[in-house]
Amino acid sequence: MIPLLRKEFLIEWRAREALATALLTGLLLLVVLSFAFDPTSPLRREAAPGAFWVTVVFSGVLAIGRSFVADRENDCLQGLLLAPLDRGTIFLAKVFAQTAFLLAAQLLLVPLFIVFFDLPLSAHLLPWLLALVLVGVGLSAAGILLAAIAVQTRAKEILLPLLLVPLAVPLLLAGLRVSQRAFAGKPLGEAVAWLHLAVGFDVIVLVVGWLLFEYVVED
Amino acid sequence: MQIGPQTVVSRSLVPLLAVCSAASMLLTLWLIFVYVPTDRVQGVVQRIFYVHVPLAMMTFLAFGVTAVASAAYLWSRNPKYDHCAHASAEVGLLFCSLVLITGPIWAKPIWGTWWTWDARLTTTLILWLIYAGYLMLRSLTMHSEQGARYAAVLGIVGALDIPIINRSVYWWRTIHPAVLVTREGGTGLTDPRMQLTLLCSVLAFFFLFAWLLWLRYRQAVLEARMTALWAAQRIPR
Repeated sequence: MIPLLRKEFLIEWRAREALATALLTGLLLLVVLSFAFDPTSPLRREAAPGAFWVTVVFSGVLAIGRSFVADRENDCLQGLLLAPLDRGTIFLAKVFAQTAFLLAAQLLLVPLFIVFFDLPLSAHLLPWLLALVLVGVGLSAAGILLAAIAVQTRAKEILLPLLLVPLAVPLLLAGLRVSQRAFAGKPLGEAVAWLHLAVGFDVIVLVVGWLLFEYVVED
Repeated sequence: MQIGPQTVVSRSLVPLLAVCSAASMLLTLWLIFVYVPTDRVQGVVQRIFYVHVPLAMMTFLAFGVTAVASAAYLWSRNPKYDHCAHASAEVGLLFCSLVLITGPIWAKPIWGTWWTWDARLTTTLILWLIYAGYLMLRSLTMHSEQGARYAAVLGIVGALDIPIINRSVYWWRTIHPAVLVTREGGTGLTDPRMQLTLLCSVLAFFFLFAWLLWLRYRQAVLEARMTALWAAQRIPR
């Protein structure tokens, strides 16, 4: 597990591909969405959670889509599969590395987001960050499983969002509801159920992915 | 992909299911348009309910069959389960589309709007998107063993995700009060004639589902067998 993680982080450190993809597309989406909502309108703050999570999901999907590209070059994945390792371990290592990259990109986006959407600094940051972590794990887990599939097909760039976004709807809604309360400066209250739902989603996807990954990379 | 001659694709089942489906469908049409009394509150438009609900039930059945067949395929690697999962997903997506079409026709006069983000509607729509993606994946990985495995993984993940999606969209609309809270499920069918019509209709759509599923399944098995024969001829052993 540790060598696998080391490999992922080393590749990312050298190429900075996932981070750059997530960060730049995220920034671009934030700017475009800022144009979409009138800067003088008081409704802008209402739209902020939606804009943020759309940014997170779509920039995340694009970054995850790149996750198997390096492994396919020179049959690196083949070499990895020949190693005496459980395939589930490879899956988990990729998920954790991907989660770390996504979170790193998002943590850089958060201040920009606060600036662009003029959010009060009194916003409850902690539940918001917790939701980010949970969404990051779930999105990466489902994304890695599906990216391993999509990368083998002809339409890899298109297929991953088509498959991943509908499946990730519960995560999107959970993040949305939690941050709506956070941005309004309210305590979490009953929205804590959304965090539970996100945890449930993460656990299920991690277990299912861990079990099914070997069928995806069999050849 | 190797298809042995031992794979059973009974031909006699096709006309049998076709006759059952046609007969029960005609009976159901008569029940819906002539026999069943008009709903006192909703009026004549309520009759679409006898088409809409069975279609929705068969949609869930179809995607359930896809999930079970997907798991069976990964377990046994018998291609017939793969064909079954594929066929069922196709029929399921067709029925799901019809559910999404008949629903708004009913909703416009009753709710006053074509669409509302009610939990059930949202779940059905996301279901449609998931299985549209599933069929897209299948069309991108034409008839390969690899494609069958991928589709099976997606078939299982998709089915497991449905309860979570349903829960989340339910909360999504209930934490904020919904514009429309009335649902057709709440009224209940008290008239025995209505219950009989619904029962017949469910049966008719079940036969239709079974017929289409079997036709499509049989066609997929034959196609795979033909491809295998073709390959055997082209590449002499």
